[in-house]
Amino acid sequence: MVGTGKYPDNETMVRAIDASGAEIVTVAVRRVDLDRSKDTSVLHHLDSKRFFLLANTAGCYTATDAVRYARLGREAGFNDFVKLEVIGDEETLLPDVQGLLEATKILVKEGFKVLAYTNEDLVTALRLEDAGCAAVMPLASPIGSGLGLLNPFSVRTIKRRLRVPVVVDAGVGTASDACVTMEQGVDGILMNTAIAAAQHPIAMARAMRLAVDAGRAAFLAGRMPRREVAFPSSPTEGMLD
Amino acid sequence: MTDTIDVVINGEPRTIAPGVTLLELLAELALDPRAVVVEHNRQIVRRPALGDVRVAPGDAIELVHFVGGG
Repeated sequence: MVGTGKYPDNETMVRAIDASGAEIVTVAVRRVDLDRSKDTSVLHHLDSKRFFLLANTAGCYTATDAVRYARLGREAGFNDFVKLEVIGDEETLLPDVQGLLEATKILVKEGFKVLAYTNEDLVTALRLEDAGCAAVMPLASPIGSGLGLLNPFSVRTIKRRLRVPVVVDAGVGTASDACVTMEQGVDGILMNTAIAAAQHPIAMARAMRLAVDAGRAAFLAGRMPRREVAFPSSPTEGMLD
Repeated sequence: MTDTIDVVINGEPRTIAPGVTLLELLAELALDPRAVVVEHNRQIVRRPALGDVRVAPGDAIELVHFVGGG
Protein backbone atom coordinates (compact mmCIF):
# COMPACT_ATOMS: atom_id res chain seq x y z
CA MET A 1 0.00 0.00 0.00
CA VAL A 2 1.39 3.41 -0.83
CA GLY A 3 0.63 6.96 0.12
CA THR A 4 0.11 9.77 -2.34
CA GLY A 5 1.75 12.59 -0.40
CA LYS A 6 5.03 14.45 -0.78
CA TYR A 7 5.80 13.58 -4.39
CA PRO A 8 7.75 16.20 -6.37
CA ASP A 9 4.99 16.22 -9.01
CA ASN A 10 1.91 14.30 -10.04
CA GLU A 11 3.51 12.49 -12.94
CA THR A 12 6.20 11.06 -10.67
CA MET A 13 3.52 10.04 -8.19
CA VAL A 14 1.53 8.14 -10.80
CA ARG A 15 4.57 6.41 -12.26
CA ALA A 16 5.95 5.51 -8.85
CA ILE A 17 2.68 4.04 -7.66
CA ASP A 18 2.50 2.06 -10.87
CA ALA A 19 6.07 0.78 -10.40
CA SER A 20 5.36 -0.19 -6.81
CA GLY A 21 2.63 -2.62 -7.76
CA ALA A 22 0.42 -1.27 -5.00
CA GLU A 23 -3.32 -1.62 -5.39
CA ILE A 24 -4.33 0.41 -2.35
CA VAL A 25 -3.41 4.08 -2.09
CA THR A 26 -4.07 6.41 0.80
CA VAL A 27 -5.43 9.93 0.42
CA ALA A 28 -6.03 12.75 2.87
CA VAL A 29 -9.17 14.85 3.32
CA ARG A 30 -8.56 18.60 3.12
CA ARG A 31 -10.34 21.82 2.29
CA VAL A 32 -10.66 22.73 -1.35
CA ASP A 33 -8.45 25.70 -2.12
CA LEU A 34 -11.02 28.18 -3.36
CA ASP A 35 -8.40 30.59 -4.65
CA ARG A 36 -6.87 28.14 -7.09
CA SER A 37 -8.24 28.30 -10.59
CA LYS A 38 -7.79 24.56 -11.08
CA ASP A 39 -9.16 21.76 -8.92
CA THR A 40 -6.26 20.24 -7.02
CA SER A 41 -7.92 16.98 -6.12
CA VAL A 42 -5.61 14.01 -6.30
CA LEU A 43 -8.40 12.16 -8.10
CA HIS A 44 -7.47 13.98 -11.28
CA HIS A 45 -4.31 11.92 -11.42
CA LEU A 46 -5.39 8.61 -9.97
CA ASP A 47 -7.77 6.19 -11.61
CA SER A 48 -10.29 5.40 -8.91
CA LYS A 49 -11.30 2.29 -10.82
CA ARG A 50 -7.78 0.95 -10.79
CA PHE A 51 -6.81 1.79 -7.21
CA PHE A 52 -8.60 1.24 -3.95
CA LEU A 53 -8.69 4.69 -2.32
CA LEU A 54 -8.12 4.53 1.41
CA ALA A 55 -8.97 7.84 3.08
CA ASN A 56 -6.91 8.68 6.14
CA THR A 57 -7.55 10.93 9.13
CA ALA A 58 -4.08 12.46 9.05
CA GLY A 59 -3.67 15.61 11.12
CA CYS A 60 -6.36 14.66 13.64
CA TYR A 61 -5.43 14.92 17.30
CA THR A 62 -8.78 14.04 18.81
CA ALA A 63 -11.30 11.27 18.35
CA THR A 64 -13.92 13.89 17.47
CA ASP A 65 -11.80 15.26 14.63
CA ALA A 66 -10.87 11.83 13.36
CA VAL A 67 -14.51 10.73 13.29
CA ARG A 68 -15.45 13.94 11.45
CA TYR A 69 -12.77 13.39 8.82
CA ALA A 70 -13.60 9.71 8.42
CA ARG A 71 -17.24 10.58 7.73
CA LEU A 72 -16.19 13.18 5.16
CA GLY A 73 -13.87 10.66 3.53
CA ARG A 74 -16.63 8.09 3.28
CA GLU A 75 -19.00 10.64 1.81
CA ALA A 76 -16.68 11.00 -1.20
CA GLY A 77 -18.32 7.77 -2.14
CA PHE A 78 -15.67 5.19 -2.73
CA ASN A 79 -15.80 2.76 0.17
CA ASP A 80 -16.33 2.31 3.90
CA PHE A 81 -12.67 1.95 4.74
CA VAL A 82 -10.64 4.44 6.75
CA LYS A 83 -7.04 4.52 7.83
CA LEU A 84 -7.61 5.90 11.29
CA GLU A 85 -4.98 8.19 12.76
CA VAL A 86 -5.41 9.95 16.08
CA ILE A 87 -2.14 11.65 16.85
CA GLY A 88 -0.88 12.30 20.36
CA ASP A 89 2.36 14.21 19.79
CA GLU A 90 3.27 16.67 17.07
CA GLU A 91 6.99 16.01 17.06
CA THR A 92 6.85 12.23 16.78
CA LEU A 93 3.32 11.86 15.35
CA LEU A 94 2.89 8.89 17.67
CA PRO A 95 -0.71 7.84 18.16
CA ASP A 96 -2.95 8.86 21.04
CA VAL A 97 -4.14 5.47 22.16
CA GLN A 98 -7.15 6.66 24.12
CA GLY A 99 -8.40 8.76 21.23
CA LEU A 100 -7.71 5.93 18.82
CA LEU A 101 -9.81 3.45 20.79
CA GLU A 102 -12.61 5.96 21.23
CA ALA A 103 -12.72 6.83 17.54
CA THR A 104 -12.52 3.16 16.57
CA LYS A 105 -15.56 2.27 18.64
CA ILE A 106 -17.62 5.10 17.16
CA LEU A 107 -16.61 4.38 13.58
CA VAL A 108 -17.07 0.62 13.84
CA LYS A 109 -20.60 1.25 15.11
CA GLU A 110 -21.23 3.40 12.02
CA GLY A 111 -20.18 0.59 9.74
CA PHE A 112 -16.68 1.74 8.86
CA LYS A 113 -13.92 -0.75 8.18
CA VAL A 114 -11.25 0.73 10.44
CA LEU A 115 -7.55 0.21 9.77
CA ALA A 116 -5.92 1.69 12.83
CA TYR A 117 -2.46 3.27 12.77
CA THR A 118 -1.05 2.25 16.12
CA ASN A 119 2.15 1.98 18.14
CA GLU A 120 4.27 -1.10 18.85
CA ASP A 121 2.35 -2.10 21.99
CA LEU A 122 0.73 -5.53 21.81
CA VAL A 123 -1.95 -4.68 24.35
CA THR A 124 -3.05 -1.64 22.38
CA ALA A 125 -3.24 -3.77 19.25
CA LEU A 126 -5.36 -6.35 21.08
CA ARG A 127 -7.69 -3.63 22.37
CA LEU A 128 -8.08 -2.25 18.87
CA GLU A 129 -8.94 -5.71 17.60
CA ASP A 130 -11.48 -6.13 20.41
CA ALA A 131 -12.97 -2.77 19.45
CA GLY A 132 -13.65 -4.10 15.97
CA CYS A 133 -10.78 -2.91 13.79
CA ALA A 134 -10.55 -4.58 10.41
CA ALA A 135 -6.75 -4.39 10.61
CA VAL A 136 -4.11 -2.94 12.87
CA MET A 137 -1.20 -0.97 11.51
CA PRO A 138 1.72 -0.79 13.91
CA LEU A 139 4.42 1.69 13.03
CA ALA A 140 7.95 0.65 12.14
CA SER A 141 9.23 4.04 13.33
CA PRO A 142 7.85 7.60 13.24
CA ILE A 143 6.04 8.78 10.12
CA GLY A 144 8.48 10.15 7.56
CA SER A 145 11.52 9.29 9.68
CA GLY A 146 12.96 6.60 7.42
CA LEU A 147 14.37 4.87 10.49
CA GLY A 148 13.11 1.48 9.42
CA LEU A 149 11.82 -1.26 11.69
CA LEU A 150 12.99 -0.27 15.15
CA ASN A 151 11.29 -3.07 17.06
CA PRO A 152 11.03 -6.31 15.08
CA PHE A 153 10.10 -8.22 18.22
CA SER A 154 7.02 -6.10 18.87
CA VAL A 155 5.80 -6.32 15.28
CA ARG A 156 6.40 -10.07 15.21
CA THR A 157 4.52 -10.43 18.48
CA ILE A 158 1.57 -8.38 17.27
CA LYS A 159 1.35 -10.48 14.12
CA ARG A 160 1.56 -13.68 16.10
CA ARG A 161 -1.23 -12.73 18.50
CA LEU A 162 -3.78 -10.88 16.42
CA ARG A 163 -6.42 -12.52 14.26
CA VAL A 164 -6.99 -9.50 12.00
CA PRO A 165 -4.46 -8.55 9.33
CA VAL A 166 -1.40 -6.63 10.45
CA VAL A 167 0.04 -4.05 8.08
CA VAL A 168 3.08 -2.08 9.17
CA ASP A 169 2.58 1.63 8.56
CA ALA A 170 5.17 4.41 8.84
CA GLY A 171 8.91 4.72 9.09
CA VAL A 172 10.16 2.45 6.33
CA GLY A 173 13.07 4.20 4.63
CA THR A 174 14.61 1.92 2.05
CA ALA A 175 14.28 -1.53 0.53
CA SER A 176 16.02 -3.45 3.29
CA ASP A 177 13.57 -1.99 5.81
CA ALA A 178 10.67 -3.27 3.76
CA CYS A 179 12.28 -6.69 3.42
CA VAL A 180 13.02 -7.03 7.13
CA THR A 181 9.48 -5.91 7.93
CA MET A 182 7.90 -8.52 5.68
CA GLU A 183 10.20 -11.15 7.20
CA GLN A 184 8.35 -10.65 10.50
CA GLY A 185 5.35 -12.29 8.87
CA VAL A 186 3.11 -9.25 8.55
CA ASP A 187 0.45 -9.02 5.89
CA GLY A 188 1.72 -5.90 4.21
CA ILE A 189 3.33 -2.52 4.50
CA LEU A 190 2.09 1.01 3.95
CA MET A 191 4.79 3.41 2.89
CA ASN A 192 4.86 6.90 1.46
CA THR A 193 7.94 8.98 2.22
CA ALA A 194 10.34 6.12 1.46
CA ILE A 195 9.27 6.31 -2.16
CA ALA A 196 8.22 9.94 -2.56
CA ALA A 197 11.35 11.38 -0.94
CA ALA A 198 13.85 9.05 -2.62
CA GLN A 199 16.23 10.65 -5.12
CA HIS A 200 14.53 8.59 -7.82
CA PRO A 201 11.06 7.68 -6.61
CA ILE A 202 10.15 5.42 -9.51
CA ALA A 203 13.34 3.40 -9.09
CA MET A 204 12.75 3.17 -5.35
CA ALA A 205 9.19 2.01 -5.94
CA ARG A 206 10.56 -0.82 -8.07
CA ALA A 207 13.08 -1.69 -5.37
CA MET A 208 10.34 -1.74 -2.77
CA ARG A 209 8.26 -4.09 -4.84
CA LEU A 210 11.18 -6.51 -5.03
CA ALA A 211 11.94 -6.07 -1.33
CA VAL A 212 8.39 -6.78 -0.24
CA ASP A 213 8.31 -9.89 -2.41
CA ALA A 214 11.70 -11.04 -1.11
CA GLY A 215 10.78 -10.49 2.52
CA ARG A 216 7.52 -12.33 2.14
CA ALA A 217 9.19 -15.24 0.32
CA ALA A 218 11.87 -15.46 3.00
CA PHE A 219 9.25 -15.52 5.72
CA LEU A 220 7.32 -18.29 3.99
CA ALA A 221 10.55 -20.23 3.43
CA GLY A 222 11.10 -20.37 7.18
CA ARG A 223 14.45 -18.84 8.11
CA MET A 224 17.26 -20.77 9.76
CA PRO A 225 17.60 -20.33 13.54
CA ARG A 226 19.94 -17.70 14.91
CA ARG A 227 22.81 -18.89 17.12
CA GLU A 228 25.46 -17.22 19.19
CA VAL A 229 28.29 -19.52 18.12
CA ALA A 230 29.52 -20.79 14.77
CA PHE A 231 28.44 -24.02 13.10
CA PRO A 232 30.80 -24.99 10.25
CA SER A 233 29.37 -25.31 6.76
CA SER A 234 32.14 -27.68 5.56
CA PRO A 235 32.71 -31.16 7.08
CA THR A 236 35.08 -31.47 10.04
CA GLU A 237 36.11 -35.03 9.07
CA GLY A 238 38.62 -35.84 6.37
CA MET A 239 41.05 -33.09 7.30
CA LEU A 240 44.75 -33.75 6.43
CA ASP A 241 47.27 -34.51 9.21
CA MET B 1 -34.19 43.18 2.72
CA THR B 2 -30.46 42.57 2.28
CA ASP B 3 -28.80 41.88 -1.03
CA THR B 4 -26.16 39.64 0.44
CA ILE B 5 -25.63 37.47 3.49
CA ASP B 6 -22.49 36.71 5.47
CA VAL B 7 -21.35 33.13 5.76
CA VAL B 8 -18.10 31.32 6.45
CA ILE B 9 -16.75 29.04 3.73
CA ASN B 10 -13.65 26.99 4.47
CA GLY B 11 -12.90 29.19 7.44
CA GLU B 12 -13.08 32.44 5.48
CA PRO B 13 -15.88 35.01 5.78
CA ARG B 14 -17.69 35.49 2.51
CA THR B 15 -20.72 37.39 1.29
CA ILE B 16 -23.08 35.58 -1.00
CA ALA B 17 -26.55 36.07 -2.40
CA PRO B 18 -29.32 35.18 0.09
CA GLY B 19 -31.22 31.93 -0.35
CA VAL B 20 -28.81 30.13 -2.69
CA THR B 21 -28.76 26.39 -2.44
CA LEU B 22 -25.54 24.53 -1.73
CA LEU B 23 -25.63 23.21 -5.28
CA GLU B 24 -25.83 26.75 -6.66
CA LEU B 25 -23.02 27.80 -4.36
CA LEU B 26 -20.78 25.05 -5.74
CA ALA B 27 -21.59 26.20 -9.27
CA GLU B 28 -20.72 29.80 -8.36
CA LEU B 29 -17.40 28.57 -6.99
CA ALA B 30 -16.81 26.49 -10.13
CA LEU B 31 -16.70 23.26 -8.15
CA ASP B 32 -17.86 19.89 -9.41
CA PRO B 33 -20.32 18.38 -6.88
CA ARG B 34 -18.93 14.94 -7.65
CA ALA B 35 -15.43 15.95 -6.61
CA VAL B 36 -16.32 17.77 -3.41
CA VAL B 37 -17.84 16.77 -0.07
CA VAL B 38 -19.99 19.41 1.60
CA GLU B 39 -20.38 19.94 5.31
CA HIS B 40 -23.03 22.49 6.32
CA ASN B 41 -22.99 23.60 9.95
CA ARG B 42 -21.07 20.46 10.87
CA GLN B 43 -23.49 18.16 9.05
CA ILE B 44 -22.52 16.36 5.89
CA VAL B 45 -24.99 17.11 3.12
CA ARG B 46 -25.29 14.19 0.72
CA ARG B 47 -24.93 14.95 -2.95
CA PRO B 48 -28.59 14.40 -3.94
CA ALA B 49 -29.69 16.87 -1.24
CA LEU B 50 -27.37 19.72 -2.23
CA GLY B 51 -30.09 21.36 -4.29
CA ASP B 52 -32.51 21.26 -1.37
CA VAL B 53 -30.44 23.03 1.27
CA ARG B 54 -30.50 26.83 1.27
CA VAL B 55 -27.69 28.80 2.82
CA ALA B 56 -28.64 31.06 5.74
CA PRO B 57 -26.76 33.99 7.35
CA GLY B 58 -23.99 32.82 9.66
CA ASP B 59 -23.76 29.35 8.14
CA ALA B 60 -20.41 27.56 8.31
CA ILE B 61 -19.70 25.59 5.18
CA GLU B 62 -16.77 23.28 4.62
CA LEU B 63 -15.90 22.09 1.13
CA VAL B 64 -13.39 19.26 1.18
CA HIS B 65 -11.82 16.84 -1.25
CA PHE B 66 -9.09 14.20 -1.44
CA VAL B 67 -5.47 15.33 -1.65
CA GLY B 68 -2.24 13.40 -1.57
CA GLY B 69 -1.40 11.91 1.81
CA GLY B 70 0.21 8.95 3.57
